[in-house]
Amino acid sequence: MTPSLSLNPLSDVQELVRFQFMVNALWAGTIVAVLAAVAGYMMILRRQAFAGHSLAVMAFPGATGAALVGLPTTLGYYLACGAAALAMAAGRMPGRRVSSETATIGTVQTVGLAAGFLFLSLNAQLLGGPESLLFGTFLGITSGQVLGLGLVAAACLVTMAAMGRPLLFSSVDAVGARAAGAPVRLLDLGFVLILGLAVAATSQITGALLVFALLVAPPATAQLLTARPLPGLVLSVLLALAIVWLSLALAYYSPYPVGFYVSSLGFGLYLLVRAQRAMRGVRGRRPRHSTPGTVIG
Amino acid sequence: MFAHDFVRNAYLAGTAIGLGCGIIGWFVVLRGQLFAGDALSHVAFVGAIAAAVLGLDERVGLFVLTVAMATGMAALGPRSQAGDTVIGLMFAWILGVGLLLLSLLATSAAGGSGISAANALFGSIYALGAGASRVAALIALGVGMATLLALRPLLLASLDAELAAVRGVPVRVLGAGFLIALALLTADGTQAIGALLLLGLLSAPAGTAHQLTADPRRGIALSVLLAVGSVWAGLGLSYAVSSIPPSSAIIGLAGGAYAIAAISGHVRRRPPGITRLDDAREIPPGREFATGHAGHDHA
Repeated sequence: MTPSLSLNPLSDVQELVRFQFMVNALWAGTIVAVLAAVAGYMMILRRQAFAGHSLAVMAFPGATGAALVGLPTTLGYYLACGAAALAMAAGRMPGRRVSSETATIGTVQTVGLAAGFLFLSLNAQLLGGPESLLFGTFLGITSGQVLGLGLVAAACLVTMAAMGRPLLFSSVDAVGARAAGAPVRLLDLGFVLILGLAVAATSQITGALLVFALLVAPPATAQLLTARPLPGLVLSVLLALAIVWLSLALAYYSPYPVGFYVSSLGFGLYLLVRAQRAMRGVRGRRPRHSTPGTVIG
Repeated sequence: MFAHDFVRNAYLAGTAIGLGCGIIGWFVVLRGQLFAGDALSHVAFVGAIAAAVLGLDERVGLFVLTVAMATGMAALGPRSQAGDTVIGLMFAWILGVGLLLLSLLATSAAGGSGISAANALFGSIYALGAGASRVAALIALGVGMATLLALRPLLLASLDAELAAVRGVPVRVLGAGFLIALALLTADGTQAIGALLLLGLLSAPAGTAHQLTADPRRGIALSVLLAVGSVWAGLGLSYAVSSIPPSSAIIGLAGGAYAIAAISGHVRRRPPGITRLDDAREIPPGREFATGHAGHDHA
């Protein structure tokens, strides 16, 4: 099957949804885009990009470990990402200094990857190679997986909505939030767990290494455009949806992998917005996510 | 076991890389630049794949791309420390390009991308030849020694950039130079430990040392001891039990040491390390990520 692009956009879209696997991929991509855009927005506000990336690569040992002991791969994703989130939260003790926290994250990440490599080499014949786990594939997503993704995404989004304002407050100003009586530590733990679930879900589509493209690019671009949280979140979701749909379509009509398109479109969009804002000379007004003032209001 | 050439080569390269990672890693942890190290090591993987696509020596791709990425990060970031959003965006994109190259390689005449990709990602220290291991050892030693020569100014610039600038230390140049040293070591170590696992040798021994002592000289010495010790023991373990890959054994041991130090430090509830200086600057929790100077970088 080698689909080719015609000049009629309508028939191209019809061609896109002709096969069940592609419909599943589009549904899964849509769910993942919404989840990653929202979780990523908070992640960038909280400056936890390193933690997010490290959680994302945990999908690799999760999948290889699950294959080794005969569990479903998806379960392995969630278990490994959840365990890593707990380990990282343990390293985020109050009074601990900066460097020990990032050292914990880095160590958790590489120990996880090392374990994944060990599982893979113990089990080499069952899995072709590490590439599809690390870089993802959108082929062969079942309807059951789509349902599972939807449930996880709904749970994460509802929890984040329930944490709402305190989470936002503690993200932009942890000291102020603690003084105002917000349960900062609980919010920290809750968010890291949600981030773990979100990346575990996302990595089923984008692969462990490229989750990050979807987690960072749409929120970072949205935060360049507006500092207000609600419009920023909506914009972030819309950008993520556009990136994922376009990437899936491009990957369908070309021989190149979907992860390449997701990361390139995301990065390109960010650069474009940044260049446009630099040219308009709005540097002074450029909202920075490290300046809390306007964000809470 | 030392009768075999490949074991001797692995120990030669591994010792030097452990030494370099112990020294540089201590500063990486101190400066809160582990995410930059993470990005550099992922970029190293793309460099290896790019070299394979172009038919060049793997090392050319490794060194060119990591040094370019380090220069870019130094140029873009305030105080030569790029913010984590920019780092994340850049390296996610470069990984995406790496994926494209990987798929090109799979369909090209060279073929066999699975093996070379796995090697670049997870290392193949027992496959190093005599020449390659000597070159790797020399580069790692050189980078480590250069960092030690700049010990005092680098320490001051890492702990208190303002004071260092007042004292006439070229903070920006030093920051850029440090990132490039880190890039060279990353490219060097990727051949042995692998792009994905090198970060463990930068973070775990150094993190353990920071948990145990605040004194820089003792800390660096401890970090080097732990890194080299993990390499030696990991190589031995992997030689004895052949189903355990060497890089997994090395990282597993280094991570285990870190876990023990973190848990025992937590039990003793001793305020660890250089807390005094960090407290003095009052970095609010949740903001400290990515740079030790997060409180100041409103550039």
